[in-house]
Amino acid sequence: MRDYIIRRLLTLIPILIGVSIAIFVVMQLIPGDVVSGILGIEETPELRAMWEAKLGLDKPLIQQYFSWIGRAVTGDFGESFRTGAPVFPEIMNRFAISAELAILACIIAWIIALPLGILSSLKRNSFIDRIVRVVALLGVSVPNFASATLLILFFSKAFHYYTPVKYVGLFENFGTNMEIMILPAFILGSVMAGSVMRMTRSSMLEVLRQDYIKAVRAKGSPERVTIFRHAFRNSSIPIVTLIGMQIGALMGGTVVIEQIFSIPGLGQFTLTGISQRDFPVVQGCVLFIAFLYVMVNLLVDILYTFIDPRISYS
Amino acid sequence: MDHLLEIRNLKITTLRGKDKVYLLDSVDLSIRKKCSFGVVGESGCGKSITASAILGLLPYPLRVAEGSIRFDSRDGEKELLKLSRKEMRQVRGEEISMIFQEPMTSLDPIFTVEMQMFEALSFHHPGMGKGEMREIALEMLHRVNIPRPEQTLASYAHQLSGGQLQRIMIAIALINNPRLLLADEPTTALDVTIQAQILHLMNDLKEQRDTSIIMITHDLGVIAETCEEVAVFYAGQIVEQAQVVELFTHTAHPYTKGLLRAVTSLGGAQRKLYTIPGIVPPGGQWSRGCRFAERCEQCMEKCREEMPALREIAPGHFCRCFLQDREVEA
Repeated sequence: MRDYIIRRLLTLIPILIGVSIAIFVVMQLIPGDVVSGILGIEETPELRAMWEAKLGLDKPLIQQYFSWIGRAVTGDFGESFRTGAPVFPEIMNRFAISAELAILACIIAWIIALPLGILSSLKRNSFIDRIVRVVALLGVSVPNFASATLLILFFSKAFHYYTPVKYVGLFENFGTNMEIMILPAFILGSVMAGSVMRMTRSSMLEVLRQDYIKAVRAKGSPERVTIFRHAFRNSSIPIVTLIGMQIGALMGGTVVIEQIFSIPGLGQFTLTGISQRDFPVVQGCVLFIAFLYVMVNLLVDILYTFIDPRISYS
Repeated sequence: MDHLLEIRNLKITTLRGKDKVYLLDSVDLSIRKKCSFGVVGESGCGKSITASAILGLLPYPLRVAEGSIRFDSRDGEKELLKLSRKEMRQVRGEEISMIFQEPMTSLDPIFTVEMQMFEALSFHHPGMGKGEMREIALEMLHRVNIPRPEQTLASYAHQLSGGQLQRIMIAIALINNPRLLLADEPTTALDVTIQAQILHLMNDLKEQRDTSIIMITHDLGVIAETCEEVAVFYAGQIVEQAQVVELFTHTAHPYTKGLLRAVTSLGGAQRKLYTIPGIVPPGGQWSRGCRFAERCEQCMEKCREEMPALREIAPGHFCRCFLQDREVEA
């Protein structure tokens, strides 16, 4: 198991190098550069040359890349072209905010999806199953920017309630922070809930018709034990896989929601970086997201071994 | 009650689209105490669903449409179809147990054998301590001839063979000393040599205990080996029922005769293996006459028009065929 984890962590190296090259190339391909953004209408050839020299953009591309990666391996992700502030601490601050949003979204999604998915599989083709399936389909198919806008509109028109615009940290004021976070978390959560619900339902249905479930019932098992100890645990592998992928996607996928609710998370930071052609910011954010993705997947794979004794990595 | 189990007029339906379709049609069965009763027939005749109905474990969308299943339990007579869920749970595994066709998939793959044996005990004896449960489990594994019981307890299903798993399933089924064991094709998925071992084991255990067995199978050899009385199912009905010796020596129904001719044997001149032509008509496509008429070599005009009744043709020997009427009349 330990060897397996080490091997998996080693695969991080080529993944991160590949991602960094891809980002570097893409950033070069986007029209416009950071200097024209900074100088605006005051741009002159002299000023431009001065800024390019200052940011290191006058050097050949290969050299730019290697000087960046040379610092990155020592843990130094450079400074923002725009603000001059070091990128890494800022990523950490932003990550904390995005992580809070992601965790809240997951909790909301699971609270909705798992019980309803299980219920719907047990009451197959009943009225409640139909309702659950329609709701799940809505959750999956309504784009979150649409539901976000509608919800904001709904709360403001119906209750004259407006979510706070200025972000307040979790530890500054818990109440206000929750007020800011709960609506976006609910929207992200409802999208996740849709697919988790559908996966739970189909996976449960698959397991419920297995012989061992009938055998457990034939032993005189209370339904609670049959469903949670045997059926749900056996059907949880595809659910855990799906949730793992969703958490990975959440890390980078909150861009739109963070923008709509003006939450200064990792997604918003990345987006600002891209629009300002702020290469160190974009590179740092994307690499960090890629890193999280790999780690979440590793965690999911390790979790499998706890769920199912037939799975082992040795 | 004279009998351990009395099934009367049992009808089971399923849904095909929105239509109700009968899978089991007015079945009557009486199982004596300390008896092993064989139920034989091809796939799709309604054998397995009868067993599932007894335990209230019919899979969706099957359901009992009509009938009664009376069971002589330890605390008096019970109508199984009218029990609450909780009362039914107390019967399952405690008074009536079941073993299944596929031992490989009958144990939950993610729990140890120990845990699954303990479950069978703790569902019915909530206060029982771990030590006592372990003792009983080891004793049961020993009885079903599992070579290394301690090691087996700590194993998962995928680490054991089919024969071992079926022994474990039998151990689990008998762990609470049930009055009735439903064995749904318990040897079908096993190698021939293992089949014989499992059947001997079941015979031995039956001798030692007061457990009655309903042996569901498509193999008349298994019936001959283990049962005292037998009912032949065809297309959701009983077509013939008798003591085993009577059935084998005075076979009356053309379908039973067909089944007997289809049994392979080592002795004697090798002839081409006989097969009954055609297939069992599925529920919903039964003719109004005799359901076996389409495949019967002795089919008469009357057979297609009218359903023969299940009649007693000799003491304790019942048959559903017009040919018998003719013989009785003649």
